[in-house]
Amino acid sequence: MKAARMLSPLLVVLAALGVWEALVHLWQVPSFVLPPPSAIGHALYDDFASLLSSAWITLRISLTAFALAVIGGVALAVLFSQSRTVEMALFPLAVILQVTPIVAIAPLIVIWVGIDNPNRALLLMAWIAAFFPVLSNMTLGLRAADHGLVDLYRLYGATRWQILRQVRLPSALPYLLSAVKISGGLALIGTVVAEFVAGSGASMGLAWRIMESGNRLQISRMFAALLLLSLLGILIFFCLNALENLLLRRWHESRVEREA
Amino acid sequence: MLRITDLGKEFSGGVVALEKVNLHMARGEFVALLGPSGCGKSTLLRIIAGLIAPGSGHMHWDTPPARGGIGVVFQEPTLMPWANVCKNVEAPLRIAGVAAQKRRERAMQMLALVGLENFAEAYPRTLSGGMKMRVAIARALVTSPPILLLDEPFAALDEITRQQLNDDLMDICEKAKLSVLFVTHSAAEAVYLSNRVLMMRARPGTIMREVRINAPANRQEGFRHSPQFAALCGEISTGLRMAMT
Repeated sequence: MKAARMLSPLLVVLAALGVWEALVHLWQVPSFVLPPPSAIGHALYDDFASLLSSAWITLRISLTAFALAVIGGVALAVLFSQSRTVEMALFPLAVILQVTPIVAIAPLIVIWVGIDNPNRALLLMAWIAAFFPVLSNMTLGLRAADHGLVDLYRLYGATRWQILRQVRLPSALPYLLSAVKISGGLALIGTVVAEFVAGSGASMGLAWRIMESGNRLQISRMFAALLLLSLLGILIFFCLNALENLLLRRWHESRVEREA
Repeated sequence: MLRITDLGKEFSGGVVALEKVNLHMARGEFVALLGPSGCGKSTLLRIIAGLIAPGSGHMHWDTPPARGGIGVVFQEPTLMPWANVCKNVEAPLRIAGVAAQKRRERAMQMLALVGLENFAEAYPRTLSGGMKMRVAIARALVTSPPILLLDEPFAALDEITRQQLNDDLMDICEKAKLSVLFVTHSAAEAVYLSNRVLMMRARPGTIMREVRINAPANRQEGFRHSPQFAALCGEISTGLRMAMT
């Protein structure tokens, strides 16, 4: 049963690739419009070293931005949970940062922080993309702690710090983990968008490879870069999903195995 | 040990929750606070627990309770789902800064007292409603408080579990010589458990009558079926209904 569940999507993908290959040859589609899968595989093999180093650049920026977004989002949410005044003062700014499309502010960011170091501009843009879900969910999670438990802790004379550590933070964990899964993907998207906007600078991430291949009409290489990019996204998602599973499986309702 | 005189409480918005509440509790007494929902009995309990400040009147303790000197059980078990049963029971001691080894020992004693010593490592979601309530009682007792406040603790449980827990609770309180204030909306439960029933009326919430239950301290299941029990329940129910109209 389990083997069938793993095998069936794989078979579908293989079949689709086969049909793709056959149709491209049958209709003689020019390879600068749609290369066959075999050509993409070839391009991936030929340029593997340069594509891999580009993937590494993109991944490194995404992960750094992601880590900073989680740290910043959690820290700010904790601050919000301790002071309503701070929350009211700062939350609108966070919302503005969130609703303004990154593409629109990207040129500004490139000018401000990216002239001597384009990676810094990429990092900042990816961070902006990934930051808000963490802040928003974590704020909600800290506030959603069981009021009865908070009362109980107060009754025993617990300090604010004890209530935060022993009640609010564990209550917020499921909220944080679901935000982290969204943010992980957004950090990657943010990095790619930023690379596109920053153009062919000193940074040579996967998005830059895609643009370069497009300009040279090397479409199979473009597909190879795209493939790596989605693999990165899948990798990030799976890692974060595994983390969520690990941390919640023993107690959270969402992880409980139920008999059918 | 506790004397309350002319206590009043008005919430913001002008709702008068309590007015001229007079109440006293002696050491080792089991007092039931009985009334319809919305009569302010939970508010009174929360004021005694120190969770809400009283509006007017006096509350006098013979010896003011220290930190952890009042055990409280709410209507919900309010357990931490991420912590196992033992860690949940330990929580009050952890707040007080008791060493890990020592608080574990103490928590295990309390779990044995409520009959859950084999469930120390279990997570709350795997327990039944009655078992969760037992954990909450163990947690309330872990600091050895002289007084225990219970806010309709068994209201959400089925009848059989509820009677079982009533018997166990009486046993525990009897052994530990605890003073208990038990909030409930069930006349039968109030009569079965307590030495004294305080009947409350709503709008504004106040104590309108007191009924003494002159039955043996160590009650058996037979008490539930005695004519005396039926008479007391009848008297109290009638009193409550008359107050409603």
